[in-house]
Formats: sequence, C-alpha cells, structure tokens
Amino acid sequence: MSAVASQKVAFRERTTRALRDSNLQQAMGKARGGFVDKRLEAMAALPEFDETRDAARDIKDHVLANLDGYLELYEQKVIENGGQVHWARTAEEACQIVADICKEANAQVVTKGKSMVSEEMHLNSVLEAAGLKVVETDLGEYIVQLAGETPSHIIAPAVHKTREQITELFHEHHSKLGYTDRVTQREALVNEARSVLRGTFVTADVGITGANFLVAETGANVIVTNEGNGDLTSSLPRVHIVTAGIEKVIPSLDDLSVLLRVLARSATGQEMSAYTSLYSGPRQDTDSEGPEAYHVVLLDNGRSTMLGGGYRSMLRCIRCGACLNHCPVYSAIGGHAYGWVYSGPMGSVLTPLLNGFDDSVDLPNACTLNGRCKAVCPVRIPLSDLLLKHRLEQYRRRLTPLFGRFLVRAWAWVATRPRLYQGLMALPLWLMHWRGHRRGALEHIPFAGGWTDSRDFPTPAGRSFIRQWHSRKGKS
Amino acid sequence: MNSDKIKTSTQVGLFVTCLADLIRPQIGFAAVALLEQAGCTVRVPRNQTCCGQPALNSGDSASTIAIAKMVIKTFAQDDYVIAASGSCVDTICHKYPELFRNDALWAGRARALAAKTWELTSFLVEVMELQQVEATYDGVCSYHDSCSGLRELGIYDQPRQLLASVVGLELKEMNENNVCCGFGGLFSIKYPDISTRMVSDKCANVGHSGVDTLLGGDLGCLLNIAGRLRREGAPVRVFHVAEVLAGMTDGPAIGEGESDL
Repeated sequence: MSAVASQKVAFRERTTRALRDSNLQQAMGKARGGFVDKRLEAMAALPEFDETRDAARDIKDHVLANLDGYLELYEQKVIENGGQVHWARTAEEACQIVADICKEANAQVVTKGKSMVSEEMHLNSVLEAAGLKVVETDLGEYIVQLAGETPSHIIAPAVHKTREQITELFHEHHSKLGYTDRVTQREALVNEARSVLRGTFVTADVGITGANFLVAETGANVIVTNEGNGDLTSSLPRVHIVTAGIEKVIPSLDDLSVLLRVLARSATGQEMSAYTSLYSGPRQDTDSEGPEAYHVVLLDNGRSTMLGGGYRSMLRCIRCGACLNHCPVYSAIGGHAYGWVYSGPMGSVLTPLLNGFDDSVDLPNACTLNGRCKAVCPVRIPLSDLLLKHRLEQYRRRLTPLFGRFLVRAWAWVATRPRLYQGLMALPLWLMHWRGHRRGALEHIPFAGGWTDSRDFPTPAGRSFIRQWHSRKGKS
Repeated sequence: MNSDKIKTSTQVGLFVTCLADLIRPQIGFAAVALLEQAGCTVRVPRNQTCCGQPALNSGDSASTIAIAKMVIKTFAQDDYVIAASGSCVDTICHKYPELFRNDALWAGRARALAAKTWELTSFLVEVMELQQVEATYDGVCSYHDSCSGLRELGIYDQPRQLLASVVGLELKEMNENNVCCGFGGLFSIKYPDISTRMVSDKCANVGHSGVDTLLGGDLGCLLNIAGRLRREGAPVRVFHVAEVLAGMTDGPAIGEGESDL
C-alpha cells in the first residue's frame, strides 16, 4: 500500500526536508499561535468549558461501552428514514461499496465534502481509477487536490501552503477556465474557487461527505463546516453518500448539543462553525429538494480492535485538531512528515493502531511528551500517555533499534547500583570538566553529535553532588 | 527532648536528580539551603541515581521498575521527598503507581512515595508556607515553565511567588513561556533537527522578551536552552530557580565558564 511505502521513505528524511522547506516553514509559522489564541478566547467566554469537556468525554465513553447497541439503533433509524447503511471492515471494502453505488447511479461527476475517513480509505484514487471525476469542495481540500497532495491537517488541509503558492496553483489550473488574472488577496482567492466550484456542484451526480457525528435516536448525520460546501455536496446531487468511522455514533440530539459546544471552540476558537447541518435520509415526498438516495458507509478499519485494549480512549476523538494546533513538533515539521492521513499527536497515536506498529516506529518517539495535546483535548484523551504506552508496546515487540535498547538496559543496570554508578561517572565528569570549565561549555561531545551540532553542552562540575555532599558531611 | 525536636522540624529526603547530581551539583546545595531555611531537616541518601525516566521513555518497563523499586526503598523512611525538577517528580508521582498497577505490594509502596513527593518550589510554598526568601539578584528574568511541572503538577505560581521576594529581581514573562523547549530527554539526541528547531524558537522568545536572565525549574530544559543560547552567542544567563532563590548566583551561570566571569 502506498501509505505504508511512504512511511518507509523514512520519517527522518521527511522531517529534514520539512525543516528546510521555506514555504512550509513560512506557512506553519503564520498559523502558529493563531488557533491557540482563538481557543483561549473561546474558553474564557465559556466559564463551564472544562465541565463541558468532562460531559463530552462521558458521552463518548458511554457510547464506546455500548457501541454495538447504538450502531444498530442508528442503522434502524437510517432505514426508517429511507436510507441504507453499509458496513465495511476495511478501507478496501469501503471503497468498493462507494464505487459500486456510484456505478449503479451511472455517475460521472462526484463532489466531496471534507472527510478524513475518505482520506483514510484513499477513496479519490479508487473512484478516479473507476473513471469518475472527483472534485473536493472544501477550499483547503480543493487546494491540496489541485496540488496533487494530501491534507496536512485534519481541519485545515492546506495549512502548509503559503498564499503565494495558492495564487500560483490557482493560476495554473484556473487560467484555462478563463480566470487569467493572478489573484493574490485572500477574499479574491476564495471567490475564484467558489466560482469554479459552483459549476461542479450543479453537475455532480453523487455527493460524498463525512460526518462529525451520527445521531442514533434520529438516524441523522451531522456535518459542521465554515464554507457551506458540505451542504451543497449533501443536497444537490442525486445520491448522497456519507463515509464515517463507526466511532462517530452518539446517542441523542442532547448529546450532540454538548459535543458541538466543545468541538468548534477547540478547533478554531469559534462558538459554532458557520454551518451545522443534520441530514437524515433521502428526499421525502413532501420535500422540494434533496437526494433521491442516501447511503451511509460505516468503516471499521481497526477501530473495533481498539475497543478492547488500553487504547479505547482514542476512539473518543472528535477530530477537532486542537492537539495538532498545540503540538510544537507538528508546528515544526507540518503534517506530511507524519507519513499518513492523520498527523500530530492524534495521528501518532492512531497510525500505529490503524496502520500497523511496524511501519510507524518513529511517530510515538518523535515527541517530547510535553503533554500540551493532552491538556487541550476536548474529550480528555490522554494523548501523551498513549504515546508513552506505544513506546512500551514497541519495546515489547522489539521494534526499536537493538543497540539503543541495549544501551538503556546497560545504563539502568548501572543506575540500580549507586556506588558503581558514582564510580563509573567520576572519570568522564572530571574529563569533561577539565576540558570545558574555562569556557563553561563543550562544543563537541563524542557520540552526542546530535546535541552538539546545534548546541553547546554546559560543562559538568568536576564532582557529583552526592560525592561532594557525603565527603563534606563525612558520613553516608 | 528528642521527640520534640522531631516534631517541630519537618524531615525531608532530597532526591537530587541525575542531571543536577552529575552536571550542576549547586542545584542540590541550593535545594538543601532553601529547605533548611524553611525549617526542614534534610537527608541526602547515598542510594540514589535517577528516577528512571530515560528507561521509561524508551519503553523499557523492566528497567524502569528496577530503578523505581530502588527509589521507593531508598526514601521509604522519609516524611517527604523533594526534588528540584518537575519531570522527575511527575515520574515518581504519576508514572510509578501506573507501572506497579498489577503488583499489589509495590503499588501500595509506590502510591505512598507518590503521596509524599513534592517538587521543591511547590513544597516550599504549599507545605512549608514559605512566603519569602533571603536573596538578591540584580537582573531582569524570564521564567520557562517546564512541561511536566506545569501540566502534570500545576506548578506556575509557586516559583513566581518566591521570586517576587528576591531583592533586585524583575520578572518579565516571555511569549510562549509554556511551550516545550524541545529537550524531551533522549528526544533531543534521537531527533536533533526537530529539537533544534524547537529550542531555537524558545531562544527567539527569550531574545524578544529582552531579559538578561532565564530561569526554570528543570535542569534538562535549562541545559538545552543554555546550550543553544550560547551557540547563538546570546548574552543571556541561565540559572535554575533554586540557585537564585538560595542566592547562589555568584559563580558561573549554566553554560558559563570561569573565563566569562
């Protein structure tokens, strides 16, 4: 699979490339802090924000403990509303189901609202191989589609691009459609994309959207957007297909109101997204518009195995992106360096679980465990703790380099023998002190080039505290 | 007489932390001085090295457990255990009990240790109710909030409260004072590029704040930041907060040499 192959391009190489990519760095630098500040403002305006997060967590935990029942109830309601539910164990199965629906509908053109699950399925390439024209309608998704890329952020797919890059991209793709001027201003860029996309919306045969939530008591799928593109994708084509992970189901509309209160605030710092829409099936006799057919494709793809183990809390994730926005590693390297659909802290937890531990060894390790992700998660997923859990799991599976494991073990053996430890440390400490005490710092340390290539290493004192203390006190 | 004395003086064991022990012993002496100032009797057991974080963060639970057992035994007799590092205290308070979750005997011991283990500044302020220290420092300082201390232990006001009593010291907050410096223990060696980028951002924030001194509560972060500041040639002095609070700032700052004085 291409996703696995791209993992093998080596995480380190991708991060080095990302750190040297001046456009990426410029774009990420601009985004840095914006989401953080807006979330803080939104929190300050809602004194019960933390209690609402607890409630949101409890709702998701309750669903996950009773997932089978809620999924069945949801399916029953969708059927009552005149829709169909399709169950897919794997991404391939899900793609096949969607492709078959499109074929049966004699579809030529497919519009898509933003759906991370469809990215996880690599749906676009499957549909395009089947001869369909697939057009992403979320502005960010549209930009990355034009660029032949994948989203680098779960809610801001093109956050890695500068405005200048988008100007060039639009000029390259839109000039043949008659948009010959290079537009540079934000509003003009949005208007141009809107104008191009309008034509596609009305000709599309099938519209595919994701779902932020699936409401079991009504059978509705909920999408929140800021562009309204999801609504045009859902309601204009003849056929509406919803792709969603099985963990998206929630019991009731009351629960929805709780989750919506934390979602937008955590994601963009808005109280609510501009559009919050509920779709519950095909056009009824009394409806003047809406799709003729309504399908929901529910994807498992490894989620059900997460229910049983110590990673269940990860299934609470409502894909707000707050953990990405607050992750200093993500901010430094951008989403593509992570190598798969999901990036940042939530991606580093999810990728090994959904895509395999063997091909994602770096992800849980490329983290300082600073815990900012865990602190901001609206459903209180202990993300940094789960990353540490991944490391323990990797060690058990012997996935980390043998030499590194040996070194740590040898160091720990010595560290449990304090007198030997002090004895062994004495000489290197003295040598480093002797070498560096005049300057105060060493410019190079053997075997620690990773540190000293970019930083000095402050010189150790010549003798350890324990030795100094006990020789001063003359007792143990 | 003897029992009275024990009652009136709070007994603490000092967990020096491996970095302070090996690289900057003065932090240990500063911690002892502050604890004694606050009325504590301090014991420094010889049987200590490290809390085990490098092993734990490498996923080696067996090695971490071996080290944790040593730490638990070493400090079993103390009324309180104090360390001048948020991340080591977080390991003892939150990670040890989790490691022994399925071991009834050691789980109890780990929880007992966790319950009496404190980070230095929070212990001084919250338990010993220390209001002020006797120290002078002539400089404008910024404070870097280390991640584990800030987010897992809730340490933010305590060091600032004590620093407010240092004569001559002006505290000026920098941007993103709560963002990771990119140290992360072995992370800084395993992923040096990313780490360098993060510490460069941190140094830029220090620079923009215009301070002459950077303080913090975790030596790991301070070695990282001081090392980078020095490489960049930035004229900013770096001290552990305990050194400033104990008035031990006459000698070289972290990363400074005798030739700098």
